[in-house]
Amino acid sequence: MLRVDNLQVRYGAIAALRGVSLRVDEGELVALIGLNGAGKTTTLSAIAGILKPVSGSIMFRDQSLIGRSPEAILRMGIALVPEGRDIFPSLTTEENLRLGAFSRHNRSEYRSDLEEIFELFPILEERFHQIGGTLSGGEQQQLAIARSLMAHPKMLMLDEPSLGLAPTLVDQIFTLIPTLRLRGATILLVEQNVDRTLKIADRVYLLNTGRVELEGSPEQLKSQTAIKDVYLGKG
Amino acid sequence: MITFEFLISAISLASLYALLALGLVIIYGILKMVNFAYGELIMIGGYVLYLVGSNTNLPWLIVAVAAVLGAMAVSYLTELVAFRRVREKSLTALLITSFAVSTLLQNGALLIISPRAKAVALPKVFSTSVTLFGITTPMRSILTIAVSIALLVGLTLLFRYTILGIALRAAADNFRMTRMLGVPANLVISSAFVLSGAIAGVVSLFWIGRTASVTPTIGLGPLLIAFVATVIGGMRSLVGAVVGGFVYGMIFIFIGVLLPQTLLNYREAFMFLIVILILLLRPEGLVRVKYAQERVG
Repeated sequence: MLRVDNLQVRYGAIAALRGVSLRVDEGELVALIGLNGAGKTTTLSAIAGILKPVSGSIMFRDQSLIGRSPEAILRMGIALVPEGRDIFPSLTTEENLRLGAFSRHNRSEYRSDLEEIFELFPILEERFHQIGGTLSGGEQQQLAIARSLMAHPKMLMLDEPSLGLAPTLVDQIFTLIPTLRLRGATILLVEQNVDRTLKIADRVYLLNTGRVELEGSPEQLKSQTAIKDVYLGKG
Repeated sequence: MITFEFLISAISLASLYALLALGLVIIYGILKMVNFAYGELIMIGGYVLYLVGSNTNLPWLIVAVAAVLGAMAVSYLTELVAFRRVREKSLTALLITSFAVSTLLQNGALLIISPRAKAVALPKVFSTSVTLFGITTPMRSILTIAVSIALLVGLTLLFRYTILGIALRAAADNFRMTRMLGVPANLVISSAFVLSGAIAGVVSLFWIGRTASVTPTIGLGPLLIAFVATVIGGMRSLVGAVVGGFVYGMIFIFIGVLLPQTLLNYREAFMFLIVILILLLRPEGLVRVKYAQERVG
């Protein structure tokens, strides 16, 4: 479904990605892990069209994403829930969700989509008329994910969805992700919580200073010493 | 001394200022650019009134609609021709572009029309007075208030209930995220310029209506008022702009009555003294946003 080849991205003089290659197949849950600065968020941003790569290719369903605007890429079926949530603080929950459905034109579907969202995120029904900026961190994260789902993306990219959330909310997010998958979503997940990510992912890429250092199934990665040293050893 | 007639004229000016500020902040909110060519849109409205009004026999209302459409069209064109090309560059580039557009439009009017003031024909309602409940007020003041209220209500409905309005507000919060939801950047920005032009066009009718003439530099005054009003009100919100404009207008009128005759020449100085005081007490403007601003990344 998604195929990234030898992707290179620079921030001025600094090379953030030095040739990242990865693929995500339909229905898969693929995780990107790695330390801060390894290039996980940069990879997602380049796919979403926010950053322009220096070289390399990004193909989605046999179409190149290079040079396309973020709005065009969303319309092709890729949604990004960025790190730090980025809900619209001055808009109500309802308005945030309505905007999520901007790329859809079917009014009656909007109603039934909302019903589904409320099933997945009951709290959002309670907060429907509240201003986004007054929601708690966990509620904002749920709203951000829900808002992206309103566009019916073919592939959902989640950037550190559990970051800065209380432990119970982290649990909630890690039960939600497999649920979304069961509903047929293809997911590309970036997470710092490696332990729990390895439990839910189909395949994992370990990024290190802008390169893919390891890739494979969670079992394969766990058996490698590198990941144990870097992550699991720390607890 | 402060009579009902006086209040009506004060409210009329204040509501005009509120509209002025709103037109400026619609673009500022999204591009974070103060559009210095905003005043020239009022000039364009004035020249359309002059050109169409003196060369045709159309009813004034149609001439007025043409003036508003003219300001909208020019506003859209400035975005298409000038601002769109530098949008991805720095904010400084945008700001300087807006100065350039302002100068170009002014000099265009100077060259094509005339450096001298041109008289604009106005309908009778602008110079008549009405007596309501025993109070005589100029029809123009009542018309200004009515049109301002109608426009503000219309814009509120647009911003609150239409998907375009919601997208415009979202873009002011976080432009990049708005695009990531599939909202085209060009659509949002062009709409903001068209709306800003529409407001400038409506304001131009009443602004020109006060002097019944138009000059190439007529835009400077309203631009300055709009800018100061948005600073008073808080540049972060549309409501702030409206409140700022209204407060600015009220203060301006009240200074006029309260100052002794000998000091009346220093009206502007006193005006800015009060503005400085307001900003010292409320640096973010009168209207603050209700939630904590989180800065991520």
